[in-house]
Amino acid sequence: MPSRVVLGLGLVVLVLFCASVAVGYAPLDLGAAFGDLLAGRQSLSALVLSELRLPRAILGGAVGFSLGITGAALQGLMRNPLADPGVVGVSGAAALGAVIAFYFGFSASFALALPLGGLMGAAAATAVLLALAARGAGTVMLILAGVALSSLAGALTALALNLAPSPYAALELVFWLMGSLADRSLVHVALALPFMAVGWVLVLATGPALDALTLGEDAAESLGFPLRRVRLLVIGGTAAAVGASVAVAGAIGFVGLVVPHLVRPLVGHRPGRLLAASGLAGAALTLGADIVVRLVPTRPELQLGVVTALIGAPFFLFLLARLRGVES
Amino acid sequence: MNLAARSVTVTRGTATLVRDLSLALEGGTFLGLLGPNGAGKTSLMRVLAGLEAPASGHVFYDGRAAAEIGRRGLGRTIAYLPQDGRIHWPLPVEEVVALGRLPHGSAAVDEAARRAMAAAGVEALARRSADTLSGGERARVLLARALAVEAPILLADEPSAALDPLHQLEVMALLRDTARRGAVVVAVLHDLTLAGRFCDRLALMKDGRLLAEGTAAQVLDDAHLAEAFGVDAVRLTHVGEMVVLPWSRRG
Repeated sequence: MPSRVVLGLGLVVLVLFCASVAVGYAPLDLGAAFGDLLAGRQSLSALVLSELRLPRAILGGAVGFSLGITGAALQGLMRNPLADPGVVGVSGAAALGAVIAFYFGFSASFALALPLGGLMGAAAATAVLLALAARGAGTVMLILAGVALSSLAGALTALALNLAPSPYAALELVFWLMGSLADRSLVHVALALPFMAVGWVLVLATGPALDALTLGEDAAESLGFPLRRVRLLVIGGTAAAVGASVAVAGAIGFVGLVVPHLVRPLVGHRPGRLLAASGLAGAALTLGADIVVRLVPTRPELQLGVVTALIGAPFFLFLLARLRGVES
Repeated sequence: MNLAARSVTVTRGTATLVRDLSLALEGGTFLGLLGPNGAGKTSLMRVLAGLEAPASGHVFYDGRAAAEIGRRGLGRTIAYLPQDGRIHWPLPVEEVVALGRLPHGSAAVDEAARRAMAAAGVEALARRSADTLSGGERARVLLARALAVEAPILLADEPSAALDPLHQLEVMALLRDTARRGAVVVAVLHDLTLAGRFCDRLALMKDGRLLAEGTAAQVLDDAHLAEAFGVDAVRLTHVGEMVVLPWSRRG
């Protein structure tokens, strides 16, 4: 049954991926574009496909998968349905890293400075969290550390905005922070995807341990799952996947929080089974929202993070109103 | 299986929770662990379960230390039922019980899981969602989860606390049967009569120390009950078995 859920969601992601490649501002003959691309012809349509459409769709799927799977893993680790990938503080730190790269003008001279800065910010926060985890910090301690890191990164980001050399620079920063997949290239994909993939593998490895955590930390440990290792895997995996996501796409809110709730009933509430399903549903939601962004005729283009939060926040309220059995 | 604690001391910060405590248990023994709140019973159980290393002293499982066996191996060796067990997600009962099969490689609802449900009398609840259970039902489901491990050591922290009288009797009989089949069973208990009737041996703790250990008659005498709990007890005999009722504050 759960594998049917994963297959079904995988199919939805595939359809939305194709739709994402097909949707764009310039009319594109997809058949010809693919033909040119595969034959190595440098036609305009091949360029649009390889430089605009494909990176955007790949990143949409990968970023969404990262947010969905890590949200599910953190909710499982904390046994708290309100956990979100943002709570470990890596998103804020990645955003700060990118803002620093922007603020000091690195991004003007070198286009990849933003994602590289984001990755460095994420790596710094991850190092702090892993050092704490290695010293035996409990789950609550790690999350509090994440909240502290998040606040510090937020304050420093605000400081950068405060001291921005010009209103245009501040505006550009704010826009970047809202999260978007526009104008990303295959280089961005190559930069982020390896980290995301490592994160997915680490998080997926914790499936049985997260199932065991249904019974609480002592019972899970007694079933043969060393909690210190489980925490390292979930926090490390989240840091890698979400840090890379924020580094290339900015902060895309609510996907990691809402998607696990949507999918949980489909997998019989099993935290381990939820991981892959939630990742796929996150990919579907992000791809779908990014299609909406391009179909809504506003200028400037709606930022993806704005759309996911606009869909996500009211929906989350609706879910909370009907949620049962989490407060007992 | 042989479970042995040698001079175990457990500290938390500056507090000493268990002091220089030794115990040796052979397979087939059902030990009732008694003592007032804060005596260190749960701390001792966690150390016996290998969840916490003692500040000093050692725990041996058939002569091997926890570190030698490894966390995976301990998962198959010891079934641990924590106090105040919660089920954090509304899984169906049979899947909760089958989590006890994880140390054996998979959480499928297999024969062992079904045996455990039958033993704990929760078969009828198999398809119910865990969030619809009463406190007593949940306690029995969690006991079934621990039984499903089919480990040679079963450590149960207050397994009968939430249960009605009938289910208390049934759970005590079930724990005794588990020991009869060869397991080492240790249960933290508060009902002195049930402990005396069903356990092979009792251990009485107070302030982290082992105050008394032995048969019910040896452990549940007036002096021990007064020292451990500060109570005077009424002692009756019914069909040849001892009934112990805490009656009044001492003095």
